[in-house]
Amino acid sequence: MSSRKPSNSRQQADEVTSSVATTAVTEQEASDLLTAEELHAEHEQRKEDQKGRIEATDRELLLHLLYQMVLIRRFEEKAAEAYSLGKIGGFCHLYIGQEAVAVGAISAIRPDDYVITSYRDHGHALAKGMSAEEIMAELYGKAGGCSAGKGGSMHLFDASVNFLGGHAIVGGQIPLATGIAFATKYRNEDKVTLCFFGEAAVNQGSFNESLNMAQLWKLPCVYICENNQYGMGTSLARAMSLQDIARKACAYGMASEFVDGMDVLAVREATLRAVERARTESLPTLLEVRTYRYMGHSMSDPGNYRTRAEIERYQQRDPIKLLSASMREKGLLDDETMKQIEQRVHEEIERAVRFAEESPLPAPEELYTDVYANPIKS
Amino acid sequence: MPLITMREALNQALREEMRRDESVFLMGEEVGAYEGAYKVSRGLLAEFGPKRVIDTPISELGFAGLGVGAAMVGLRPVIEFMTFNFSILATDQIINSAAKMLYMSGGQFKIPIVFRGPNGSAYQVSSQHSQALESWYAHFPGLKVVMPSTPADAKGLLKSAIRDDDPVIFMEQERMYGMKGEVPEDEDFIIPLGVADIKREGTDVTIVARSLMVPVALRAAEELEKEGISCEVIDPRTIRPLDIETIVNSVKKTNRVVIAEESHPFCGVGAEISAEIIERAFDYLDAPPRRVSGADAPMPYAKNLEALAIPDVQRIVAAVREVTYTA
Amino acid sequence: MATKIVMPKLSPTMEEGQLARWLKKEGEQIAPGETIAEVDTDKATMEVTANTAGVLRKILVHEGESVPLGHPIAIVGEADEDISALLTEVEKSPGGEKVKQSAPAAEERAAREERREAPSPEAPSNGERGAERIFVSPIAARMAAEAGINLRTLKGSGPGGRIIKRDIEAAIEASRQAAPRLAEAAPAQPIPSEAAPYEEVPLTEMRRTIARRLASSIGPVPHFFLTTEIEMDRAIELRRSLNELDPELNISLNDIIVKVAAAALMQHPQVNASFQERAIRYYKQADIGVAVALEDGLITPVVRAANLKSLGTISREIRELAERARARKLKPEEYTGATFSVSNLGMFGIDEFTAIINPPEAGILAVGAAQPKPVVRDGEIVIRQMMRVTMSCDHRIIDGATGAQFLQTFKRLLENPLRLLI
Repeated sequence: MSSRKPSNSRQQADEVTSSVATTAVTEQEASDLLTAEELHAEHEQRKEDQKGRIEATDRELLLHLLYQMVLIRRFEEKAAEAYSLGKIGGFCHLYIGQEAVAVGAISAIRPDDYVITSYRDHGHALAKGMSAEEIMAELYGKAGGCSAGKGGSMHLFDASVNFLGGHAIVGGQIPLATGIAFATKYRNEDKVTLCFFGEAAVNQGSFNESLNMAQLWKLPCVYICENNQYGMGTSLARAMSLQDIARKACAYGMASEFVDGMDVLAVREATLRAVERARTESLPTLLEVRTYRYMGHSMSDPGNYRTRAEIERYQQRDPIKLLSASMREKGLLDDETMKQIEQRVHEEIERAVRFAEESPLPAPEELYTDVYANPIKS
Repeated sequence: MPLITMREALNQALREEMRRDESVFLMGEEVGAYEGAYKVSRGLLAEFGPKRVIDTPISELGFAGLGVGAAMVGLRPVIEFMTFNFSILATDQIINSAAKMLYMSGGQFKIPIVFRGPNGSAYQVSSQHSQALESWYAHFPGLKVVMPSTPADAKGLLKSAIRDDDPVIFMEQERMYGMKGEVPEDEDFIIPLGVADIKREGTDVTIVARSLMVPVALRAAEELEKEGISCEVIDPRTIRPLDIETIVNSVKKTNRVVIAEESHPFCGVGAEISAEIIERAFDYLDAPPRRVSGADAPMPYAKNLEALAIPDVQRIVAAVREVTYTA
Repeated sequence: MATKIVMPKLSPTMEEGQLARWLKKEGEQIAPGETIAEVDTDKATMEVTANTAGVLRKILVHEGESVPLGHPIAIVGEADEDISALLTEVEKSPGGEKVKQSAPAAEERAAREERREAPSPEAPSNGERGAERIFVSPIAARMAAEAGINLRTLKGSGPGGRIIKRDIEAAIEASRQAAPRLAEAAPAQPIPSEAAPYEEVPLTEMRRTIARRLASSIGPVPHFFLTTEIEMDRAIELRRSLNELDPELNISLNDIIVKVAAAALMQHPQVNASFQERAIRYYKQADIGVAVALEDGLITPVVRAANLKSLGTISREIRELAERARARKLKPEEYTGATFSVSNLGMFGIDEFTAIINPPEAGILAVGAAQPKPVVRDGEIVIRQMMRVTMSCDHRIIDGATGAQFLQTFKRLLENPLRLLI
């Protein structure tokens, strides 16, 4: 989607979009509108749900999940700042609001399992254990970047942690994930592949073709649809005839679950179930994780297609806010610990920025390296 | 050396490489139980089983991408397109994933994959099933494009392609599957990618031909020899990377060149070869490079029109006469 | 209607122009804008372009002739048109001022009428278009440049008159057959007493470029030098035998060297040449300048047509010329216009030296002393009389291989002077 619309046509496109979107948002809001009291009640309910899970979870792990979500949040804020300063170019799709999905899901797998995702990939890369330094340097287009400055924001890769990339054609990574899962099964490995994609990718043929083959051949892949409710500027209601994405799995006879994407523990638990199914039965699962992105589709997106009120409503359900509140109520988090987490994150982000700033630009001759693994002089 | 068909030569290459390397598998529509729409995979399911010879749903984009994903983590898939016409559905995965993965990952993920199948004209199957797509794939850095014209080349090049660490587009020709030729039985017989072959030596004109056009060009050369015109026929065999040196050296010797191709002329491989020759051997040319291409129209069904759309001996002969000023 | 082409004003200060070269022959089609001739003005060589279309009927001013501005240089008209009236008018015209003023007006008028008559001047026939410029294939152009073939002298056999490889091959073959005649022609001529007759071949672009580049990098005459060592035993023996036959003869080694040089030059006409501004002049006989040291300088009297003279004649002439040179009694025509020179410092015990070319000659041989030296012959060390010779070449004309081939012949003849008799 990132490359769908050339920037010079965006104004015109937005005019068309927003005129239609206004009605769509209104319709959606009508069904979704909650009063202040209802919102509060919902938050309390989520906390209650989460507290049950917290009791079953080790505190160190909780702190780790919290730390990772804060790290992603602050990293993305820093990236936005660097983008506005012109340090980062091109497209930059931020993950703010969706942190619970990557952090919760990736906490459910082993380090040798595979993760592949779309162009909105900073959060997954950090959650999979890639260094913030190399990611930031990649965003800066520097030689020290994880992809040597050739991939940029949308193409983070790190073979050493089995992070197989951000992919920038909507739905393009879904067949790749299927192939990675195919390879692990082919080699009788018990590795699992997590494949993240947005809800708009579900409309692509690659989704249908891949899920069909995955179930047909019983491939150990977990398809995680991050339903943030907007395909760029087009709301789900305007783009998808059947909006219950989890239900689409029945077309393939595949297991599926609907998951609250604002609750990191809910995501983790659902993923654990799916991973268990993949690892022990070699079966795929489709997870629809309902989430929300606070920011525009990319840095050049003013987000005119939705109301401020809608964004604020979702910010009430913020995954970091939710987890920290639940932990506080359970006596597992205090101001001091939270301060320490923020401090650690701050230091890591500062290190990342420093590394990116200091890393050299790729050498001109790098333009022609790695075009072929086995170049033949012609 | 035994005389076998192109189909058998390809089958030998697949069989030998699958025996040689456990990570090689064959996937595509009808490759298993049906033994290939053109019987290239005959006997492979029986020998290697359904784990390594995999029939797919009609999902070109899906299984092409699946192959690329498997290659990312170390397998060596051979993805068969029943014909390259259907590869058009898979171009996103071939071009956006396979060709660019190594580059955009900063050298971390190589894609050792072969996409193979028949390309070019078939017999009276009209526009959607009869087209030559090599210029599409040859356009993209990151892909290698191979087009054999003899059974021996087919075997040696396919083995090289499977062993290569880069994505290779391996284009066969439906009309040539039954063509016979001597093929070495040696399991270590390979032909390196990127090396052109001089199919016939000559002094007066260079004919650059690939795939189906090679035997046509050789027949044209025989005819022209009777008139005292000596043709050198060069088969690049690998379109990308192109062995332009061999072509340019030949043109420097003969001063004239005809490029025969089945594909449409516009933005074609012939245009590229022509441009390279002009850039590298301008001072040696005695006549403008002349292309003999497929018609600049979709392939028609009617037999007479189809024949007009594909270059034949007469058209190559006429072009040679033109550049040698013997018309 | 037929019209005159006049000497145009090609520079602000130009008063007259010398017709350097016609690019069109009588009877050839010319088109407006096409270059038909080159004119040397006081400043540079300029192109004369045609204003009208038609056939070049008559060339009035030939190459090398100078005429004032406005003077008719040619007549252009239809192929079958009667131009006698115009010819008479031109012949009567005194040239100079009067012509200069009237001609452009006439030309303008003619041009206007031409336009009226021509049915479609903006759409010339294929033949006319072909004449606008030379069409030539790249390989043919390159081969022509290397072989020094003027493309304008060729008729292309390719489409639209394109000059192609086989046309150049044919031209090279033709000139190869003509070349030996040039060398053979000389002996048939009577011994002349005047300067050598010559044939002039216009400079090719490549030759012009070589000349310009080399000259500007090294000096007005770009020299290069070739040295070889020559076994003189047989030449010395020949001299001894001849002088024994007739003590009056008193033949010197230098006389033999001059005779051999002349013979070698006949075999290598490319070396017996001089560089002219727009052409290379190939001489058909060897007029050898022999350097003679004077008390306060140097003079090179010339042995004319040394290739045709006997050793005795050469010897006598050199002796006589040298004597008169020392007496300062040489006439200018006796010490100018050599085609090649020999300078011998052997009598001063000089082993080897380089001489400076005497322009416009293309070469000079610097001859050292013949001295006994150990050399290897048939695997054994023997003593031979060895002499070192250095040839200075004008690189604008002579290339390395050309000079070397000449020197090779020179050496072969001198090491076996009996060859002179063959």
